[in-house]
Amino acid sequence: MTTASFTPSSATRVPATARVRPRLGALTAESTFIGRSFIHSLRDPEALLMAVVLPVLLMLMFTWIFGNAIDPSGGYVDYVVPGIILLCAGFGASSTAISVARDMTTGIIDRFRTMPIRSGAVLTGHVVASLVRNLVATGVVVGVALLVGFRPDATPLEWVAMFGLVAFYILAITYLFAAIGLASSTPEAASGYGFILLFLPYVSSAFVPVRSMPEWLQWIAENQPITPVIETIRSLLMGTPLGDAGWWAIGWCLAIIAVSVAWGAWLFRRKAGRR
Amino acid sequence: MTLAIDARGLRKRFGRTDVLAGLDLAVPAGSVFALLGPNGAGKTTTINILTTLVRPDAGTASVAGYDVVAEADEVKRRISLTGQSAAVDEVLNATENLVMMGRLSGLGRRAARDRARQLVERFGLGDAAGRRLGTYSGGMRRRLDLALSLVLPLPVLFLDEPTTGLDTRSRQELWRVIRWLADEGTTVFLTTQYLEEADRLADRIAVLDRGRVAAEGTAEELKSRIGGDVVELRDADGVLLRELPTDGTVHGLRAAIDELDRGADAQSPGTSVTIRRPSLDDVFLAITGGGAASAPAPELIESK
Repeated sequence: MTTASFTPSSATRVPATARVRPRLGALTAESTFIGRSFIHSLRDPEALLMAVVLPVLLMLMFTWIFGNAIDPSGGYVDYVVPGIILLCAGFGASSTAISVARDMTTGIIDRFRTMPIRSGAVLTGHVVASLVRNLVATGVVVGVALLVGFRPDATPLEWVAMFGLVAFYILAITYLFAAIGLASSTPEAASGYGFILLFLPYVSSAFVPVRSMPEWLQWIAENQPITPVIETIRSLLMGTPLGDAGWWAIGWCLAIIAVSVAWGAWLFRRKAGRR
Repeated sequence: MTLAIDARGLRKRFGRTDVLAGLDLAVPAGSVFALLGPNGAGKTTTINILTTLVRPDAGTASVAGYDVVAEADEVKRRISLTGQSAAVDEVLNATENLVMMGRLSGLGRRAARDRARQLVERFGLGDAAGRRLGTYSGGMRRRLDLALSLVLPLPVLFLDEPTTGLDTRSRQELWRVIRWLADEGTTVFLTTQYLEEADRLADRIAVLDRGRVAAEGTAEELKSRIGGDVVELRDADGVLLRELPTDGTVHGLRAAIDELDRGADAQSPGTSVTIRRPSLDDVFLAITGGGAASAPAPELIESK
């Protein structure tokens, strides 16, 4: 056994009594937790796979396997890219629920709570890491799409607007997953609840036009948050008519963030506040 | 005498259970204080209140001179907690955990790294510092957990059952660290189920019973209440045949052995005699007045 034993060395002794924790700089806790969550993302092979490999596979599957059946003229890739972007953002953000649930159930949160820091900064770390992770994934999706024949007619400004909206959507869904993580009793449960949300893109205009669905389903598809986001991205990239989809997209994202933050804050106070 | 911890009349109720029913504690600065009690006695709730995690229903407590409710932030600047479940980041390695804690404690990047290196070395985590925690033994994890609480030398350290689940070697190592910290001037408040642990480490011990301090004093004072050691007679298979309380003197021990000799059990082959310190059960029964141990009778205590 190679375990070295504890050896007090006088060289490293420090006076133990008089010290007090200094007050932290404004964003020190936040930046520390963001750094921590980045390391978590990079070391979690499952999340990395979800974030980067899955988008590529989905992209290829929808263009080469389903694509020709849905649109034999070969133009399906132009239709489906916005949907894949959102689908992947959902997959990528879902691991936030697991990370948050893990922090809340392992006892590490109690250590943070006995320190003079805003313990909610732990959540900020997970949210920012998810945002960056998923923007990278979006870049990968777009890159692969261009390789397999995606031909958007967007101007640089429209590209910027597209990435801005996608970032906003990622933020919204990440906050929602963070709240789900707070509501879950175990990381496994968090993973389960989160899965339900991932089906939402299929009942939208992501993969097939809404008018091809049964009538009752059309109503759901048209009035759920993902459809306007997809229509806006499609309009920015492919020049399809926008209508009022842009406003609906922004409104939905704002509403999801507001509800998730309020719900999450309430859950956090209950679980990590003064009991 | 300055008090590092001063709690008066702490009460806490969860649902229909009174977990704490008027707890008083006075812990002198710079001492090691052990809160001894079985599971469910309210040890963790006490720690949670003193470390600002839980608000008491009634009563007051101050730690390092600040009120745990009204001045929670000032308390938090002066304490660290090593809880019951190892509060370490499983994904990070030991060095990364320590650097993170250093940054959160207000150290600059370089200072946090230097401090991490010192602690890794001091706690014998050198071989494993770069490996993820998944590969750590329980003892290493516990050592890291404690090291995380020592990133800054703070006035008061709370340890909730620090050695539960550790092997003897790791336990003794941890005891050495705790003793050393106290010598350096840190007030250590720990909970434990083991009398031996309290005995070895603590300057003073409080026995917790149903949410109240049933007895408080030095280890010697507590043990004198039940009059010394217990002599056990076991058969070849290690089954306990008889238990004899003694007063801890040579004379008392001889009398106990003589007593055993008179019985038939001691004559059978393979029997052995051991002397043990009073167990928590013995002390606990004595202090709470729940059993014969409170007044060690010359009569034998038969046990099957």
